[in-house]
Amino acid sequence: MLPMKRRALAATAAIAAFAALGAAGIAGVALAQSTSDEIQKYRDALQDGNPAELWEARGEELWKTPRGPKKVSFASCDLGLGPGVVKGAYAQLPKYFDDAKRVMDLETRLVWCMVEQQGMTHADATKNAFGNGSQRKSDIEALVAYVTSQSRGIRMNVALDEPHVRDMYALGEKMFFFRGGSHDFACATCHGEDGKRIRLQDLPNLTKTEGAQKAYTTWPAYRVSQGELRTFQWRLNDCFRQQRFPELVFGSDASIALTAYLAGRANGAPYDGPAIKR
Amino acid sequence: MHDTIIRRSLLAGAAAMAAAAVLYGCATTRADDPQVATRATAMMKASFKERGQAKLDRLNQDETQRLCSEYAGRTLPPSVVDSIQKENLATVKYPADGKLVGDWKSGERIAQSGQGFQYSDDPSRPAGANCYACHQLAPQELSYGTIGPSLYHFGKLRGYTDETRRYAWAKIYNAEAFNACSNMPRFGHHGILTEQQIRDVVALLTDPASPVNQ
Repeated sequence: MLPMKRRALAATAAIAAFAALGAAGIAGVALAQSTSDEIQKYRDALQDGNPAELWEARGEELWKTPRGPKKVSFASCDLGLGPGVVKGAYAQLPKYFDDAKRVMDLETRLVWCMVEQQGMTHADATKNAFGNGSQRKSDIEALVAYVTSQSRGIRMNVALDEPHVRDMYALGEKMFFFRGGSHDFACATCHGEDGKRIRLQDLPNLTKTEGAQKAYTTWPAYRVSQGELRTFQWRLNDCFRQQRFPELVFGSDASIALTAYLAGRANGAPYDGPAIKR
Repeated sequence: MHDTIIRRSLLAGAAAMAAAAVLYGCATTRADDPQVATRATAMMKASFKERGQAKLDRLNQDETQRLCSEYAGRTLPPSVVDSIQKENLATVKYPADGKLVGDWKSGERIAQSGQGFQYSDDPSRPAGANCYACHQLAPQELSYGTIGPSLYHFGKLRGYTDETRRYAWAKIYNAEAFNACSNMPRFGHHGILTEQQIRDVVALLTDPASPVNQ
């Protein structure tokens, strides 16, 4: 308990430091590049006290606790490496699951286990997919934090030679370049070129292996500005909001196809999350 | 509950289609196969739900959006460039009163604001153009993006002429008229900005008193 408290304190101090840095950045006439260097230094310093650990700890407890009408824990939940196996599971997702006859990402698979094994309704299992930054915490975000933390250091290895996954990858690639909506935006509008930024925010080029690897392996992440740990489903959902698209349905085929595309492009890189971001 | 059932049957349908695709060997198709594009579009329509002002019709591509998606990452054939630019140039409407230049101070506020058209935005508030997200404009604003070129000294470099202002108007109205598959939204064509707002942004770019031209 004590080390946990100390970590939370360290994290709080780090957040305060980030806020101070932001204020200094605005007050000073620092060039954009040096600001982004400073933010990088801050991020490096923060890795020691990433509040994501609080989500990981809560997720581990949720993973082991009997839940739902059937009072079943996740010990029987197969994330692709066998029932209850968490170590390395995230690094091989999305994956085709024969029992569900579907390619699934981590979030979708967790929901599947909650419905099929723990006896929850789909609506109950997904109603709190994203926490609201204060009192309403999401169990899914915590579970995702725990499971992903157990792949840290393990190389991404999405089975792109499996036909269902390969098909979803191809569909996800098409989606990435799909322009639409009131502003004509596609994912590629912001994430298709090297060295670009929105305002001062650097944008990864997700069409390049290096950019996709760096981006995908650092989600989920603790989002300092929101005080929440955010999953990859959340990342995609919020990108489409800013793209002026309608809302991406949690766990929808499109969300999994795009995840398969980006996760597949990250293959070979060691997974490095949950990370911490602005 | 009903929603869930519909969603499940949609998913089942999609899964059946995917299974059929595997049976017929389509799963090995390359991403530039038009069939993949058709299936991706169908998948997207089943995977988004309307929320607030963002209805599902946002996923209905016009010809420009469709072509720019199809040729993404590849060199556009000259005939496609011509057809996109010609079609979009024909949509540009100049103001009936001929007045192209408004108030640069209002233009600066519009250039700063990223509000509008997201499902999280209040549709009763005027939309911004968020120019600074992608362009450098007034040098006082250090927080600018680099997806588009710098517009610092836009008027000063091009001259404070009617020709410059008509070009700025048309470019803001419909950027695809000049640069096929430009990343820039078509602010007039899609009704993102009002005529008066476009005047104000033209002023930010081409008024000699605007900070952009200092």
